[in-house]
Amino acid sequence: MNRLDRKFNELKQKRKKAFVAFIMAGDPSLGTTKKLILELEKSGADIIELGVPFSDPLADGPTIQRSSERALKHKVNIDSVSNLVRNVRSETDVPIVFLTYYNLIYHYGLDKFVKKATSSGVDGVIIPDLPPEESKDLQRIARKNKFSLIHLAAPTSSRERLRKISDASTGFIYYVSLTGTTGARNKLPKEISGSLRRLKRVTKKPVCVGFGISTPNQVRSISKSADGVIVGSAIIKVIERNIGKKDLVKKVGRFVQCLALDRPVQG
Amino acid sequence: MLPDKYGKFDGFGGKFVPETLMVALQELEREYKKALKSTKFKQELGELLEVYAGRPTPLYFARNLSKQTGGCRIYLKREDLLHTGAHKINNTLGQVLLAVKMGKSRIIAETGAGQHGVATATAAAMFGLPCDVYMGIEDIGRQALNVFKMKLLGARVIPVYSGSKTLKDATNEAIRDWVTNVRTTHYIIGSVVGPHPYPAMVRDFQTVIGKETKKQILKYEGRLPDYMVACVGGGSNSIGFFHEFFKSKVKFIGVEAGGLGLASGKHGAALCKGKPGILHGSKSYLLQDKNGQVTVAHSISAGLDYPGVGPEHSYYKETGRAQYVAVTDKESLEGFKMLSEIEGIIPALEPSHAIYYAVKKLAPKLKKNKIIAICLSGRGDKDIDIIKGLS
Ligand SMILES: Cc1ncc(COP(=O)(O)O)c(C=O)c1O
Repeated sequence: MNRLDRKFNELKQKRKKAFVAFIMAGDPSLGTTKKLILELEKSGADIIELGVPFSDPLADGPTIQRSSERALKHKVNIDSVSNLVRNVRSETDVPIVFLTYYNLIYHYGLDKFVKKATSSGVDGVIIPDLPPEESKDLQRIARKNKFSLIHLAAPTSSRERLRKISDASTGFIYYVSLTGTTGARNKLPKEISGSLRRLKRVTKKPVCVGFGISTPNQVRSISKSADGVIVGSAIIKVIERNIGKKDLVKKVGRFVQCLALDRPVQG
Repeated sequence: MLPDKYGKFDGFGGKFVPETLMVALQELEREYKKALKSTKFKQELGELLEVYAGRPTPLYFARNLSKQTGGCRIYLKREDLLHTGAHKINNTLGQVLLAVKMGKSRIIAETGAGQHGVATATAAAMFGLPCDVYMGIEDIGRQALNVFKMKLLGARVIPVYSGSKTLKDATNEAIRDWVTNVRTTHYIIGSVVGPHPYPAMVRDFQTVIGKETKKQILKYEGRLPDYMVACVGGGSNSIGFFHEFFKSKVKFIGVEAGGLGLASGKHGAALCKGKPGILHGSKSYLLQDKNGQVTVAHSISAGLDYPGVGPEHSYYKETGRAQYVAVTDKESLEGFKMLSEIEGIIPALEPSHAIYYAVKKLAPKLKKNKIIAICLSGRGDKDIDIIKGLS
């Protein structure tokens, strides 16, 4: 059991839902990212999703694309982000998962990647362009190292695919709330709770919902039918607006508090 | 026959896409397999290719070009004579027909040189479907004529400002659109790239080039060519040209964009200089830096300005079935001039790479009476402004 599994057990006992905060490592700098991780935890994030920037983030909307571009200017890579996590581990035990695209991992070497990540204190990875059919090798290596491999499920996934996704996933399942790219939305599809019930019928694993979520109301309402919510672009927008300002970290913390606290207890 | 049921060509290819698209890919694969077996579909497409696109295209014996080589016999497969001016229409007619059968109400595409965009806009116009084409802002500048044509054909050209501002990022944007509108929209990929079934499907729509070439060369020469040469961007005209001859002894040569020279780092030669990687849904040779970030390609020809290549070419390379070489911007201009001046054919800059290699690099090394067939994938109208700007 890694930090991620322990966290979901703990939340379950407390009948609470997970708040997952996404930021891009290196945006605006790796030093700020370290401060942000600690601040996010303090502000109510249960899990941190840390982006490792890729040149061609095809599942991402404009906000995260811009964030990746800013981070890539600092030549951020798997090694430097892993080292950052190792560094922050002396101060926090908050579960941290990477989010990145498959080419970076494939190029780094699957085995070497999982070893580097686990030994640095990273608990898992989400790879938006790696469906279960293509992840067999990585699944095997991840299981051996107790490293979570989180797959995504989508509104278009058939029942058969949902099963496949559940079987392949460890840690949790990432349910994509809408057909589209990442990015804050005012409105989310009404079918989410129905789709989540459909997914829950085929899996016992925790399900977190992401894509588009940006307001406290959305967080509250989706928390009712999921095990957790994931917020990315909305947080990154706050970072973007405050680049170069001294109180960037505080501002992000305050924003996340508004989203993360005051969520309903299960049941 | 490859690809296998996972869409792999001996490890290359596959489906590396967001989950949202997996169902659309399955649907497309089903429809396309049905179409392959349907005589009605084949008849419909065959008729369109004949009476609308202008097939079969001639296989032209280039007497003057041959003379220059001192003994080789050079043939040109005249895809430049097709409606819209390049081989791209073979694929877009096939895919639009499929889209109609799948009940899709909107078409999207990416384009580099604008040839695929024009061919898609043309097919969409004929079938009465709305069409959005993503194009890098740099390509919009250098292929202005094709942008204007797409608009005349009723398509919307959506400029892409991100990343390389060329074909790679236009493809990213098209995929993002498809993820968003997957239920109503069919994405017509313009080459043998992307997730399965695209590489196999686009190849199958383009094999008409090779099938005709085979009949024609047997008629004219009574035998197959010794060499077949084609330019490789994503790799569709070359695979379409080669595939029918896969089991023969014909030697295949794919010519990539050498840009400012392979040593300069500014080129589009994924097979010559790249490493296997994953981009736009499939595993194939890819230009990337030491961290696995995709690097920006460079070529004078927008159609070859792409850091990736179709997975079947990676398979051809690994198995040695084809040889891949590169021709620089400057050399391709020489090929362009040569064909214009001595054969009276103004080629596109993409196949000018193949012309140069075949005539200047390959032929001089060969014994007399060898036959070289070159795929002349498109005509040069779209590039006139670039040439004018240089002189
Ligand atoms: C005339 C022409 N030839 C070749 C290409 C390169 O594509 P492919 O390698 O898929 O044939 C293009 C692409 O735009 C083109 O317009």
